[in-house]
Amino acid sequence: MSETLSLSERRADFPILDQKVHGRPLVYLDNAATSQKPRVVIDALSNYYLRDNANVHRGIHELSNRASAAFENTRERAAKFLNAKSAEEIVFTRGTTESINLVAQTWGLANLKPGDVILLTEMEHHSNIVPWQMLAKRTGAKLAFVPVMGDEGLLDLAAADQLLDAPVKLFALTHISNALGTVNPVADLCAKARKRGIVTLVDGAQSAGHRRVDMQEIGCDFFAASGHKMCGPTGIGLLYGRHELLEAMPPWQGGGDMISNVDYFESAWNKVPHKFEAGTPNIADTIALHTALDYLDEIGRDRIEHHDLELASYAYDRLATLPRIRLFGPAKGRAGLVSFHFADIHAHDVVMMADMEGVALRGGHHCTQPLMKKYGVSSTSRASFYFYNTTQEVDRMIDVLKAVQKFFGA
Amino acid sequence: MFDDLNDLYQQVILDHSKKPRNYGRMEHPTCDACGKNPLCGDQIQVFAVMDGDKILEVKFEGDGCAIFKASASMMTDALKGKTQAESNVLFDEFHELITKGTAPEGNHLGKLEVFGGVNRFPARVKCALLSWRAAMAAVGTGEKTVSTE
Ligand SMILES: Cc1ncc(COP(=O)(O)O)c(C=O)c1O
Repeated sequence: MSETLSLSERRADFPILDQKVHGRPLVYLDNAATSQKPRVVIDALSNYYLRDNANVHRGIHELSNRASAAFENTRERAAKFLNAKSAEEIVFTRGTTESINLVAQTWGLANLKPGDVILLTEMEHHSNIVPWQMLAKRTGAKLAFVPVMGDEGLLDLAAADQLLDAPVKLFALTHISNALGTVNPVADLCAKARKRGIVTLVDGAQSAGHRRVDMQEIGCDFFAASGHKMCGPTGIGLLYGRHELLEAMPPWQGGGDMISNVDYFESAWNKVPHKFEAGTPNIADTIALHTALDYLDEIGRDRIEHHDLELASYAYDRLATLPRIRLFGPAKGRAGLVSFHFADIHAHDVVMMADMEGVALRGGHHCTQPLMKKYGVSSTSRASFYFYNTTQEVDRMIDVLKAVQKFFGA
Repeated sequence: MFDDLNDLYQQVILDHSKKPRNYGRMEHPTCDACGKNPLCGDQIQVFAVMDGDKILEVKFEGDGCAIFKASASMMTDALKGKTQAESNVLFDEFHELITKGTAPEGNHLGKLEVFGGVNRFPARVKCALLSWRAAMAAVGTGEKTVSTE
């Protein structure tokens, strides 16, 4: 566990981790919901408001120039982080959910006809299901789902091959499942889709802050991510779109900044990506996201991925020794989270009792209700890790879970 | 561990949650209703047989946490034989117990008083009330679907 030990030194960068909850040291294992923020990111936010705050793209004065430069530098930084071909391929949004909705309402409305198929997978988060249901209702397109196989939670790739042969226009899938910890072979699947002329969208909410995500390697047309799950602030997210596609898409919301010229009855749109960013953007959080991306790359995303895997495998193996437990997701090669279910104790009880011991877990359907129904459970408990978590914290979780089982006489 | 929780998970509650009474579908209910807690995914269906305004039988089916299950189980026992008016009074008393931690003088709660610890755990209030809301919907005249959100 050498990596684990060296990375846990990073804990000191996160002031929030150093506290007691219900009288016990906090063990924060809900990172898939949102990560904690290092002090440098919190400082970037307050420094912006203390020194540089002004509106962007419209002033000629010094502060506005500073704010505009820092804002657009973040776009450059994000392009590099995702290995996009240019900063113009990066649209700022509120998060993954908004990124997906943007694609559905612009590209989707312009390109889908009755009978077209939108292909998803059975493990998608509600935010990669509901926008497509809304689009299907409006356009007459149909939804189809690549099946998930068994509790191991891998995609049925043979079925995916067959489904891709239907008249599919768009294939939208998650990189990493927030409910299972499955890592999908997105590069292979995007290559198959592209051969058939199918547009692809990868939901990178769980991957972007946890491993290298290279747009050229993945080969997707769209990629969505949330800043708050990768050490950044809430309220800022990324949409990567291939330049030709963004160029051809109609704009989304109308307003300031997204236009190049406005007359009373007609307007001309600004260039990409600005035509998708109407109104005053989330300047402060965007600028602080830059700091978060620098911070992650300074640690090294390969090391984060390795640490996630080590910690999640350790947790998986220890959980597997508990009686009457059902574990979800692959035994090997998983992302940094483990989802589990006790036969006779409801997740709500598990999570609340863990909380009384300072251990923050998530219990519920994880915004994947259709998947939970498929597994015949209404909820699971989930521990999700980041580089600042340690094996000692996993041990504390296991001790607490054993005590929960004992309490319920299981 | 969990000394603070003994108030919430009293032995009677644990017992009912493991072996809920009157659990399962009812073949020929005269009324039924369902309840949902969208946040945690808890769901319940309550079935009843009424004779005029008197509740003869109550059963439930659903999935949720220990507080939810125990509350539903003990409710079915408590409602049997009550009139609509009596069940409304009982619900009001139970509601007060769950949300305030105390019940009015001369209440009819009896065994249901074991839920007196719930009010110290605001997140669990909904769990304890969901079955009651659904039951009141079933035997009353209002909406037949209730949600805690
Ligand atoms: C796989 C996945 N997709 C999408 C989202 C939605 O992200 P956000 O709420 O930041 O828009 C999440 C967040 O939980 C997620 O885990």
